[in-house]
Amino acid sequence: LSEPENRAPVETSLEADPESYAPSVAKRLAFYQRAGGIVTPFLTAVFAFLMGGVVVAATGHNPLRVYKAIFEGAGLNWFFHFGNYSISLPFSSAHVWFWWDTNTNHTAAYNLTQTLITTTPLILTGLAVAFAFRCGLFNIGGQGQYIVGAITGVYIGSRFTGMNHFTHVLFAIVLASLAGALWGAIAGFLKATVGAHEVITTIMLNWVAYWGGSYLFGRGGPLQNHTDKSIPISDDIVAKAKLPAIWGNPQLQALHSGIFIALGALIAFYIILNRTTLGYEVRAVGFNPEAARYGGISVARNFIIAMAISGLFAGLAGVLDILGWQFRLGVLDVQVSNIGFIGIAVALLGRNTAVGVGLAALLFGALLTGTSTRSLDPDIFQPQLAGNLALMIQALILLFVGADLLILYIWQARRKVRIPGLGRTTQETA
Amino acid sequence: MTSMQYAERFRSRWPFNTIVARTGVALGLIAFVATLPPFKARSPWVPVFIGLLAIAAGIWVLSRGQRRPGWTAIGFGLVGIALGILATRASLGNLDQVVVWSALLSATLIWATPLTYAAVGGMICERSGVVNIGLEGMMLAGAFFAALGADKFGSWELGLVTAAVAGAAFALVHAFMAIHLRADQIVSGTAINFLALGVTGYFFIDIYGENGTPGDLPRIPDVKINFLGSVFGHLNLMIWLSFVLLVVAQVGLFRTPIGLRLRSVGEHPRAADTVGISVYGIRYAAVVVSGVLAALGGAYLSIGYLGSFTENMTAGRGFIALAAVIFGNWRPFGAFAAALLFGGSTALSFRLAQPWGSASVLFQALPYVLTLIAVAGVIGRSVPPASAGRPYVKQ
Repeated sequence: LSEPENRAPVETSLEADPESYAPSVAKRLAFYQRAGGIVTPFLTAVFAFLMGGVVVAATGHNPLRVYKAIFEGAGLNWFFHFGNYSISLPFSSAHVWFWWDTNTNHTAAYNLTQTLITTTPLILTGLAVAFAFRCGLFNIGGQGQYIVGAITGVYIGSRFTGMNHFTHVLFAIVLASLAGALWGAIAGFLKATVGAHEVITTIMLNWVAYWGGSYLFGRGGPLQNHTDKSIPISDDIVAKAKLPAIWGNPQLQALHSGIFIALGALIAFYIILNRTTLGYEVRAVGFNPEAARYGGISVARNFIIAMAISGLFAGLAGVLDILGWQFRLGVLDVQVSNIGFIGIAVALLGRNTAVGVGLAALLFGALLTGTSTRSLDPDIFQPQLAGNLALMIQALILLFVGADLLILYIWQARRKVRIPGLGRTTQETA
Repeated sequence: MTSMQYAERFRSRWPFNTIVARTGVALGLIAFVATLPPFKARSPWVPVFIGLLAIAAGIWVLSRGQRRPGWTAIGFGLVGIALGILATRASLGNLDQVVVWSALLSATLIWATPLTYAAVGGMICERSGVVNIGLEGMMLAGAFFAALGADKFGSWELGLVTAAVAGAAFALVHAFMAIHLRADQIVSGTAINFLALGVTGYFFIDIYGENGTPGDLPRIPDVKINFLGSVFGHLNLMIWLSFVLLVVAQVGLFRTPIGLRLRSVGEHPRAADTVGISVYGIRYAAVVVSGVLAALGGAYLSIGYLGSFTENMTAGRGFIALAAVIFGNWRPFGAFAAALLFGGSTALSFRLAQPWGSASVLFQALPYVLTLIAVAGVIGRSVPPASAGRPYVKQ
């Protein structure tokens, strides 16, 4: 497996060949990625949805109707229903006028709360991948860190019953995030000390977490439900460990306040990376570990810290899901969940930036919710099919995002510029 | 050749340290086996004593400066003691119920076979310098398309062919991304995994719906050789073919010009290119072969062993195969040994489900923990091919 310095073969190869218009193309590409930073991921997503639509059409369904149903299943049509509504402010009799109907008894508003519930952990698992990426590390282990966070969260949430609401929630969140951080730091530590590739170690740690969770909540497992020994599910967390709901009926899965923590994490991610010494060092190591080492930055230390912070984000995602809406964790939850893996697509589509991750998380949150059994209208499209369609779209997005050279290739065709290693040489006709 | 020369060859191939280390490993195994049926030593001192001998052998080898064999013997000794004590404390009834050697052995072979195919494929792919995280997806594609092909064409042979074609198609996507587009191979492999999950799930639901694959799917037959006894007399054709595959891979990789080219492309593509080897060609071939092999492993799961397909039925076996590649140090028989070990832990986990309850699934985690230990370098580093994961730019 490669060392991280080989992540950017395009630029180096462009500079290596004196005959090409190396600097200008590289510069243009850099500009393209910065200025067109929104355009490329947008096109990527559109293209992936188009190809998904082709599959839908090929199997005899109407892609437009299917996508419309998914759109409505995600509750995004809520934004198109204008009116004069009001929200009552807490602790007062005041009202704020609002353009949209916030009553979640209506399907659109309810579906939107579900989309936002899914977006919350996706933001965090996306950040878990993005932060490590900025340090030149590929954190595939978001899933394992997420599970470890969720396990710790459900343990603390269902024990320590004497605490008051705020401290209990805080205690659970802090410890679960630290557990996730520890899980991530193992991979960082192995990378820093013996050079074990983080992709391999995080994959292995994912599966250790997977089977560890299956053991803990399985029949006869140490964390299995204390009252009903026939089901492989944990105890419920106590009422005082639940995150307060902010929108919707708590009996029917309301949007919880964890979304503010996720949004706060986006801001923290931006500030840490761009406004602190730690972030500067992390990015320096990500750009070029050798140069960073030469500049007096401890590469090993940054590997460990970056993986720990990544794990912290993913662990936070796990505990917010538990305290926010799941309230318990079962063997099936551990085995079926793939929020951490989707975080990879979120981070890459979001170009590893705070804003990008936020938007990509919303897109995937909407896609997951819109294709779920609960939200999608089964008369139009089978939800089981739709779930797999979502997986395909996600895979296609990953494929297209991974191929920055494809963009260069199209660029080459447009500008008639020769790029070494791409095979064809186009004539200077223009 | 004179007897002196034979002795010389033996010494060079089997240095004394190696013999001691292997004896240590064997003692570690004996420490455990002595407590199992048919021996059933009931005193915990038996495994402790034998295990300590194994550890002593390991320490002796370690003191001679050989870390990997030394730590391996020590590890086997410690595990032998631990498992041995565990077994002496279990009830005899449970022991007899869990440890049925013939059943354990055939289950081990059954679970090891899909791993073997995928691991040999993954090893060939990584030897050529392309990392294949997508093994899991290619395996899953093989499992589904084998079932589909067997069902639609009505024969298991064509099922295998369909699986191979599907595996090759997924592998081609990965190869194009990794080789021509120089995309990040981890991203591309992850994408393949999701793509296979989505595609197989989608078409499975679309074609078979809630009823699942038909019960009368053509199955890959067992090979009946009566004089080989109850275990080896009824092995599936794919298991026998996996043994053949191992020999072919070992010989092909280390004894043929193609193998040399493959390895040189994975170690130093520039040098290989300089002497006229087509780096891209070899890499494409290796990735496609790995896809075909992984798909055959998946096909064994669906139309060989279970006779049906369910969504996401590989359930991480591709990743265990990846672990086996690393644990087996990028060698065919190393990968096979790892596959047997990991298949054995799966088999044991299923048999322990009755007496142990959920604790038995910890054996499922064993492959991953062992691989973590292996890459952590505690027992000597496992070293990947030098250029694995690095895209090559033609000059």
